[in-house]
Amino acid sequence: MNRKVLFLLPLLVTITIFGYFFWALTSPGRDPKKLPSVLIDKPAPAFDLVELEGLNVPGFARQDLTDNGKVSVVNIFASWCIPCLAEHPYMLTLGARDDINLFAINYRDKPEDALKWLNKHGNPYHRIGRDPNSRAGIDWGVYGVPETFIVDSAGTIRYKHVGPLNTGDLENIILPIIENLQEQQ
Amino acid sequence: MRVTIHATGLGLLFLALMFLIGSSLAFAVEPDEVLDDPVLEARAREISREVRCPVCQNEPIDSSNAELARELRLVVRERLVAGDSDQQVKNYLADRYGDFVLFRPPVKATTYLLWAGPGLIFLFGGVGIFFFYRGSRRQKAPVPLSSDEQKKLNQLLTDKNSKGDSA
Repeated sequence: MNRKVLFLLPLLVTITIFGYFFWALTSPGRDPKKLPSVLIDKPAPAFDLVELEGLNVPGFARQDLTDNGKVSVVNIFASWCIPCLAEHPYMLTLGARDDINLFAINYRDKPEDALKWLNKHGNPYHRIGRDPNSRAGIDWGVYGVPETFIVDSAGTIRYKHVGPLNTGDLENIILPIIENLQEQQ
Repeated sequence: MRVTIHATGLGLLFLALMFLIGSSLAFAVEPDEVLDDPVLEARAREISREVRCPVCQNEPIDSSNAELARELRLVVRERLVAGDSDQQVKNYLADRYGDFVLFRPPVKATTYLLWAGPGLIFLFGGVGIFFFYRGSRRQKAPVPLSSDEQKKLNQLLTDKNSKGDSA
């Protein structure tokens, strides 16, 4: 009896380990391709990005995050990024609000392409900074588009969303965090 | 028929060899990235091999063709030219992308299990094997015969003795 248990032990251990791997690889929120940001609760990096010419919104610098006492949503987007188009309706919703800032970093894009894209789909952003060689993106720890950050009025990064906002993400994740930060102020 | 099979086998072996050689030679560093100073360039290559590309996650930035990897290679070189030590360059990247981008993450509270894990598994396995073999090699104390068995044995022995006498 005792020996039988001993012989079964390796199998049990293996099943346990495989079970953990399966859980870790498949459970939502544990996508191994999504890196946790090390910048959460850290001050936003320094940057000063030029405007997208031809669009009547100014460029985007670090100081704009702390200038007007509002919570900021910082969206990293590019015209060549298909998922960005998928989440664009949510950006239009956010951009219509005047109690928050909606800023954008235009990531590794050609200005003419970005301009065409925004003219076609609508520009929700209050400020857009061009980041043609992704150097600002690297400082933000960006490794793909789209990514969306929530920054409090003191310039501290509070949340990072990797990938497009899907149905329900705005209501269930983004807006509650914004409201929570607004209440804290 | 046999010949064709062998030829196919050889062909496959050759193909595998080609892939092996090809993959060890292939690198993504483009000529315009290379630094003029060979010492700095060598350090940059060494660091790049230790830094994981955040996009194609099992490739170092040194051999990744992702645009971000290229940009990170340039960042590594800029930091080196600016006078950073190798460790400072790695810290610079880890500050932005986390320890995850370092193929050899630092030993600290959150990575103890990662570093000690293989050793612990080896240790547990070794202890298990030790006890397994010690258990199987140990002599078992002989069990005394039951009275039935003893009777049977006596019977056999007397039978043999009587046969021996008669022979």
